[in-house]
Amino acid sequence: MMENIREQVRAFLARYIRDREVADDEDIFTAGHVNSLFVMQLVLFVEGELDCPVADEDLELENFSSVDAIVALVERRTAAVRG
Amino acid sequence: MRVQLTAEQQRAGERFAAFADDHLVPYADGWDRAQELPRAVVHLLAEAGHLGAVVPADHGGAGLDAISFGLLHEEAGRACSSVRSLLTVHSMVSYALVRWGRPELRARWLPELARGTYLGAFAVTEPGAGSDLAALSAQARPVAGGYALDGHKHWITFGQYADLFLVFARLEGRPAAFLVERQRAGLTVVPQAGALGTRASMLAEVRLTDCRIPAENLVGRPGFGLSAVAASALELGRYSVAWGCVGLAEACVRASLAYADTREQFGRPLRRHQLVQRMLADMVTGTSAARLLCQQAGWLRESGDPASVHATWLAKYFASTAAVRAADDAVQIHGSRGIGDAYPVQRYLRDAKVMEIIEGSTQLQQITIAESAYQVRPRPAGGVEPRRPDAEGLIR
Ligand SMILES: Cc1cc2nc3c(=O)[nH]c(=O)nc-3n(C[C@H](O)[C@H](O)[C@H](O)COP(=O)(O)OP(=O)(O)OC[C@H]3O[C@@H](n4cnc5c(N)ncnc54)[C@H](O)[C@@H]3O)c2cc1C
Repeated sequence: MMENIREQVRAFLARYIRDREVADDEDIFTAGHVNSLFVMQLVLFVEGELDCPVADEDLELENFSSVDAIVALVERRTAAVRG
Repeated sequence: MRVQLTAEQQRAGERFAAFADDHLVPYADGWDRAQELPRAVVHLLAEAGHLGAVVPADHGGAGLDAISFGLLHEEAGRACSSVRSLLTVHSMVSYALVRWGRPELRARWLPELARGTYLGAFAVTEPGAGSDLAALSAQARPVAGGYALDGHKHWITFGQYADLFLVFARLEGRPAAFLVERQRAGLTVVPQAGALGTRASMLAEVRLTDCRIPAENLVGRPGFGLSAVAASALELGRYSVAWGCVGLAEACVRASLAYADTREQFGRPLRRHQLVQRMLADMVTGTSAARLLCQQAGWLRESGDPASVHATWLAKYFASTAAVRAADDAVQIHGSRGIGDAYPVQRYLRDAKVMEIIEGSTQLQQITIAESAYQVRPRPAGGVEPRRPDAEGLIR
């Protein structure tokens, strides 16, 4: 299931960062490829397509900075829901 | 693309239209001239539940779906852009809390905002930070038990009436959002008069001087004040203004159809002159197209689709420029009477111009839309786009 999520995250990022492939551990914010609206789009994607609610306490740049980080966030959230 | 409204949305739209016709349309010119919206109108809006539009029902609000929210702002915009802008900024503050407020903050403030016992205002713009919000310079300093704010905000809609300001400032360099109650020592409101449009929107400067607030008034995480808290609120604001512009353009259509039907020159009504028909046709088409873009943005917004961000920019850009064209033509059709103040069309033109400046100016919309058009176009075969030439013109 997590591999599926990784693929979805890669596909989503590929829509916004189009002239090259992004490595899973690459920081998408410091690479300077995204504009100021991107955080909103990313949050909507994580909530809508990955079915993972994003709350105030998740708002740390480290949670969204790379494919690996987003997958880890969804993993943690899913584990928390399962209890 | 979905365009049909549900029966419930249709009924809500009729209710909003009746409210606007009864309580706003007959008085809007007077408020514009007086540069003042009577407090009683705020109470009427509160009683009708319109101030709780984005607040979920479990916090005492109306919890409107995105389309119904749009219809409310269309009808308010048709009647009075100052009232529409009140609904806009109040909903922006409420929505920022719905989206990013901690549970205690939501429980404390959302019922008050929904009831209208507290009126919200959104304070990001500074003399040095307009379109370029990253130039934000207001400062927040950690002090015992909370923060001390220093800064200068201007053009704050309903700043003169607001009880609760959502203020953006830098906390140790990082953009952050704070709730500041009006009665806090160190917050001063200075009315701004003489605006071209939305003249009854009770604009104000807000000055903060060592203004102390408790730690729990922080909204969202430091570092995300602009990219998440302000961005979510501005996104809603843009959506609201786009619908408000549909209403404004609709008001131009109605005024122009009525006037061109009765005014006669050269032996027949204006509506029979082809060059006037050209203006009527463009106005009607622009209004319909703007409404469709708003509806599309609304359905995407309702389903939480990331594409709603782009769709909302398209809607706001198109609707605001269409409203300016419609109002310009409406004044033209009214001739000298369009210039005078016996007809509302001169107000529509002044109000429409404001819409090209707020919630992202026309130029900022153009830049953003052109940039994101590259994200929504189909990818070339093979997935990765061809590399662009570098500064030396070489593809490496
Ligand atoms: C009636 C009214 C109500 C308002 N209400 C609020 C409110 O409630 N809260 C709040 O925080 N703010 C509010 N504002 C402020 C509003 O958000 C700003 O006016 C807006 O962001 C533009 O900033 P600016 O006025 O400093 O213009 P500037 O950013 O200085 O822009 C001036 C001109 O330059 C153009 N420009 C700027 N940058 C570029 C660029 N990169 N490329 C091309 N052109 C560019 C702009 O499009 C514009 O035409 C309000 C303004 C008005 C007029």
